[in-house]
Amino acid sequence: MNTNMTKTVTDVTCPFCGVLCDDLEVEVSDDGKTVVEVYNACAVGSAKFLHTAAKDRVTRPRMQQEDGTYKEVTYDQAVEYTAQMLAKAKKPLMYGWSNTNCEAQSVGHEIAEKAGAIVDNTATVCHGPSLIAIQDVGIPSCTLGEIKNRADVVIFWGCNPAHAHPRHMSRYSIFPRGFFTGKGHKGRKMIVVDPRQTDTMKLADVGLQIEQGRDYELLSAFRVAIRGQDLPDTVAGIPKEKIYEAVEIMKNGRFGVIFFGMGVTQSLSKNHNIDIAIMVTKDMNDYTKFAIIAMRGHYNVTGSGQVMGWQFGYPFATDLSRGFARYNPGETTSNDLLRRREVDAIMVVASDPGSHFPISSVREIAKIPSVAVVPDINPTSEISKLHVPVAINAIEAGGNCYRMDNVPIDARKVVDPPEGMLSDLEFLTRVNKRLGELMGAA
Amino acid sequence: MAEYLIKNGHVFDPVQGIKGDKVDVAVKDGKIVKNVSSGAKIIDASGKTVMAGAVEIHAHIAGPKVNEGRNYRPEDKLFTYTPKKKGSRMAGGFSIPTTFKTGYEYAKMGYTTCMEAAMPPLFARHVHEEIKDTPIIDEGAYPVFGNNWFVMEYLKNNEIDNAAAYVAWLLNSTKGYAVKVVNPGGTEAWGWGLNCLTVNDPVPYFDITPAEIMTGLMKTNEYLGLPHSMHVHQNSLGNPGNYTVTLDSLKLAEGIKANNKFGRETVLHSTHLQFHSYGGENWGNFESKSKEVMDYVNRQKNITIDTGCVTLDETTTMTADGPFEHHLTELNHLKWANVDVELETAAGIVPYVYSPDIKVCEIQWAIGLEIALLAKDPMRCFITTDHPNAGPFIRYPRIFKWLMSADARKERIESFKHSAKMVDATLLAGMDREISLYELAQMTRAGPAKSLGLGSVYGGLAPGMDADVAIYAINPEKDQKPEELEKAFSSAAYVMKTGTPVVIDGQVVSNGNKRTIWVDAKVNENPQVMRDIKEKFLKYYSVTQGNYDVTNHFLSGNPRVLEVDATK
Repeated sequence: MNTNMTKTVTDVTCPFCGVLCDDLEVEVSDDGKTVVEVYNACAVGSAKFLHTAAKDRVTRPRMQQEDGTYKEVTYDQAVEYTAQMLAKAKKPLMYGWSNTNCEAQSVGHEIAEKAGAIVDNTATVCHGPSLIAIQDVGIPSCTLGEIKNRADVVIFWGCNPAHAHPRHMSRYSIFPRGFFTGKGHKGRKMIVVDPRQTDTMKLADVGLQIEQGRDYELLSAFRVAIRGQDLPDTVAGIPKEKIYEAVEIMKNGRFGVIFFGMGVTQSLSKNHNIDIAIMVTKDMNDYTKFAIIAMRGHYNVTGSGQVMGWQFGYPFATDLSRGFARYNPGETTSNDLLRRREVDAIMVVASDPGSHFPISSVREIAKIPSVAVVPDINPTSEISKLHVPVAINAIEAGGNCYRMDNVPIDARKVVDPPEGMLSDLEFLTRVNKRLGELMGAA
Repeated sequence: MAEYLIKNGHVFDPVQGIKGDKVDVAVKDGKIVKNVSSGAKIIDASGKTVMAGAVEIHAHIAGPKVNEGRNYRPEDKLFTYTPKKKGSRMAGGFSIPTTFKTGYEYAKMGYTTCMEAAMPPLFARHVHEEIKDTPIIDEGAYPVFGNNWFVMEYLKNNEIDNAAAYVAWLLNSTKGYAVKVVNPGGTEAWGWGLNCLTVNDPVPYFDITPAEIMTGLMKTNEYLGLPHSMHVHQNSLGNPGNYTVTLDSLKLAEGIKANNKFGRETVLHSTHLQFHSYGGENWGNFESKSKEVMDYVNRQKNITIDTGCVTLDETTTMTADGPFEHHLTELNHLKWANVDVELETAAGIVPYVYSPDIKVCEIQWAIGLEIALLAKDPMRCFITTDHPNAGPFIRYPRIFKWLMSADARKERIESFKHSAKMVDATLLAGMDREISLYELAQMTRAGPAKSLGLGSVYGGLAPGMDADVAIYAINPEKDQKPEELEKAFSSAAYVMKTGTPVVIDGQVVSNGNKRTIWVDAKVNENPQVMRDIKEKFLKYYSVTQGNYDVTNHFLSGNPRVLEVDATK
């Protein structure tokens, strides 16, 4: 008898990046506990699935001791600590949300409402400026399948999908043959704008190696060129001939798209870069069809913005501490709050500010009461008073997620989490219940 | 469940033909019943008006474009927020309120059932997540079919049985309620930046006309015997002179007969007719053609309509008519959002200010009211604002006031900046009809419920129907000032949803027992359609077929499923 029987789970969603591939096939052991092999995924996604079988995973909550070491505690104790912390805090911050499902985000918002917390997601250090630009000038966009079926001009601006969104070009944007794009990449013109000669730029028909931080100028030059007006000899280090060439390609396309990433959202000018990139897109719709799409990073950062939107009306940085929802980026954004030392407790869920925030913010996290609800040890868990390890979403727990183009996909569970380990939805649901008791009693 | 007896109220119930008589309404186990025991809780409605819970036939209240509207308009929340209370969540927003506020505000006005008017199938899961988070009201959603590649391919070859198999499959996959059509063909053309502005403009590549799409979908709808008729937003919305396109579309219903077991007698619902009843050639000589359109509607008995009344507010327009929103942003230069959805549809969003100081807005306001006042059969004309397109739904009480009082209309007209020009371009100033409470109950309760095929459960107070009841502080025996009417409709004295009190004295007291409503249509096995679906997912969709289906997990706890058997 073969003791190594496996079964294959199909239509699996990958919980890595905003491309949210949903065509993975995962081979799991017969008892449904271990991932054996992953098909169709990129190297990063594959590693995430295979990591679930790692022997060194922390499977129980841990409380930081006076000497900095950690001592295992029960989930009950973890729930109590978290609920007490939130009940006592005057203005707690609940940050993260991008690596968990919408169901958990929704319970998180209930907790935040009870605790009078600020809810903020990782857009605050990523595509927050894009969200602000959209509030200023709107956004003409489309789903990724439209790109696959129609687009013949594809622009990557300040993003490097070859590394950051590894299957983007093969699934949606450059290589696939769609309904009106039967020639695949041969029928598409690819323009890449980046200060570096990236692996994405190496594939481009037109590569524009821009001077770092001068995207606004170049986008502005595009608007001038679209109108057929005169440009100076070079703009942002690009000769004007190259700009006219790129714009000619754009105007001759039947359907064009701009994908943009952190190269424009987090460099000088921030939301203003996106603002003008959107206006370029709008201008182009006077000549042909054009769309623009943000290359969202975490696989469900988009979902966090959606749930926050329908529950409170804002996509990130939502302050509930006054009993109603307020939104004022710069004031209610996580780093500004931490650096001004305005919050008196922090709960991190499904993200890693310890890695991604400036050191001044990280120091503040280390000082105040803190809980990190994250599957594994990471720089955030290591400075938090309490680390609550949870099941890895979309692998060990199912739930809804939103792709970078806002398409919702219900991620399925593939294997069981290590025995006795809670999902973040389960942990948050218990905290919510306990907090309700504490606040009711108060 | 508890028993209730609503006593001494003036009941208006078109289902039983009760026109303001003092009739007691008995409720037991969530239903209206003939009698209750002596232990029933008595609700005193003396001096008040009692109606069934109102039914919203067309509003954009859940889903991707609604939420993009919320997220890209933080300004819409200013000065609107109410804090969390015991049993209710914090709630805010004006033209695009949060899901919680949507449920609370509808309930406060006595609305207990609402239909989300345009669900992009690929985003159905999102729509249902929001519906699940909207308290109190029963909700269904209409998936859009008018620009769907499958539908256009089948109908081009006149394959009604294949179209029906596909529609049944999609209703099931998306947990949808009805066949919605938005700018047929025009939204697909928008994929290339183009549009179809008449019913005969061929759709690029697919080579089918809007008229063929609408006729084919009407036939498909009756082949299946769905509860609601085809629900259409015609081509050329919002353009001067578009009333001819509207008449061309409405005429397509001639000769088509309703076939269903739900009591529906109509085959076409034409929505937000105000936007489609325009004369003139440009904004300068823009004028009302409501009479031409309503004369036809009054004659053609197998059509229902809703008004799309302008409320004169700053609002957020949103529609699956992608090219229209591009047109609008070119007109008003306000921020434009657009999403094209692969193989299915598109949507656009642009904020809009219906100003009483702008002639065109004044004329639009008049046209919406004219349509309701010209309707001869209130059971076929329903009041909407196409929320939020012509204005937010919270303004319904104001629309009711204008329809019920010629004086209120006169006062409004006189205070317009261009009232003389407006009067010249419209009929409203010469109309003295005032809608009665009974007619209002037809236009907001029994009528829409019947058109939706839900006339046996919603929109009336006959024994056996759902106990959805609204009581308003309006005494029909006394003359009431228009402002008092608006106030009474804004803040119901008492609202019951499926036998549970949800609003008392204008305050929400319970989140009720909300249901998602959807249609489960069965057809004969159709291997060709199943193969076509499989192929399109493999080649052209960006998600797998296995991840398309909206599972029950996304529906509210206690869904209401209408079963249709079209196996033949």
